[in-house]
Amino acid sequence: MTGAAAGVMLEVEVWRGGETGHFQPFVLARRAHQTVLDVVTEIQREHDATLSYRFACRVGMCGSCAMVVNGRPRWTCRTRVSEVIGDGHRLRLEPLRNFAIVKDLAVEMTQFFDKWRQAQGYFEPGPQPQADFAVVRPATPQRRAADAGIECIGCGVCYSACDVVAWDEDYLGPAALNRAWTLVNDVRDRAGEARLAAVSASSGCQACHTHMSCTQFCPKAIEPTYAIAGLKRAVLRRVLRSGS
Amino acid sequence: MMRASHKQRGFVAAMIHRLSGIALAVFLPIHFLALASALNGAAALDSFLAVTRQPLVAFLEVAIVVALALHMTLGLRVLAIEFFDFREKTLVPLSVCLAAVFAVGIIFILNLG
Amino acid sequence: MSALLFLAQRATAVVLALAVAVHLGTILYAVRDGLTAADILARTHGNLWFLMFYGLFVVAVAIHAPIGLRNVMREWTRWRGPMLDIALALLALLLLGLGARAVFAVFTA
Repeated sequence: MTGAAAGVMLEVEVWRGGETGHFQPFVLARRAHQTVLDVVTEIQREHDATLSYRFACRVGMCGSCAMVVNGRPRWTCRTRVSEVIGDGHRLRLEPLRNFAIVKDLAVEMTQFFDKWRQAQGYFEPGPQPQADFAVVRPATPQRRAADAGIECIGCGVCYSACDVVAWDEDYLGPAALNRAWTLVNDVRDRAGEARLAAVSASSGCQACHTHMSCTQFCPKAIEPTYAIAGLKRAVLRRVLRSGS
Repeated sequence: MMRASHKQRGFVAAMIHRLSGIALAVFLPIHFLALASALNGAAALDSFLAVTRQPLVAFLEVAIVVALALHMTLGLRVLAIEFFDFREKTLVPLSVCLAAVFAVGIIFILNLG
Repeated sequence: MSALLFLAQRATAVVLALAVAVHLGTILYAVRDGLTAADILARTHGNLWFLMFYGLFVVAVAIHAPIGLRNVMREWTRWRGPMLDIALALLALLLLGLGARAVFAVFTA
């Protein structure tokens, strides 16, 4: 993608408000190698200090800067403007979908993380410390399955992209389920059947309809769809074994 | 603007799968009622079949056969992903599904004459 | 959708995949040169394999379709809860009843 010629301007519409609000237009200079985070920051610092948004590391490690850019959920720090619009000149910035809006581009993450807890997406060490070090062989199918999903940083892009989350507010969502799957495959974890029960309640893993938006948009190339498929298989094996 | 997630193939496939399923669910009671007209003799069934030779009805018949083929092939894709850990990396699986449906549709139309 | 409903839906999906493949193949073959009641009934009358095959088909559909519709209703409308489940159970019975009647009709006609 070319860096823009001098004098080329960018028209940016930014969501202002909460659940109700409006898009506020800004015009700023297009610069070479500009990221969308650069754009938002420039707007907040030079144009309207009342704009609220989140970022932290600005290098693609923390996931704080996720928002919807021209209809697609992305990390703004790792998204070049040129990647979104090529030689065009319009950007539309909205907060992540499926989250309650705190203000402008900042969303309420509480429900997202509550669902991690509901899915038992946390390590369960068991009632007693183990007598010896756990042997975790890296090349086993289980460890490979876990490794495929453990890099999740909880940015919320997948949750924002998921239609089932939009249609069913109780659906646990791809991130929580992906995390649960990594723990199901962790030989040290002691949650066992309890976690399978947690992920297979009414709006659990079986509510996934394999739209695969989560897999399509995950900035870390994690594939929650296949993690959820793994949970579906594990849940069915459990149902067939125990009949519940 | 349409959101990006609604342009990608998993969503489109799921929508076709869902809408064809709804169409089939609506169609089935009608189908059962039509066949049950045979309870009143072959002539009763024949007069029902005659209705299907009208152009609009024949078109809807083709549509329902295509809907059935679509729902089945797209359903097989979901079963493959869910139970055979099938990783869809390219457009090939969907293309195969659509090609199979196309073939069924064409054969049906040709056979209807 | 609970785990049991999910199991029922996916299991009947497998049954239906086979049944639909056979059914579609049969239909595509049978509609050549036009289809009359006599043609259909000649195949189905007194045919025990037909009865068992389509009987199973009807049962599978009566389970599969309402569960699928339940997902659609819960996700695309505000309707959920026990009333929805009851309505869909009634639909299942309707499909089962009408389907059994249809299979019986062409078996005995």
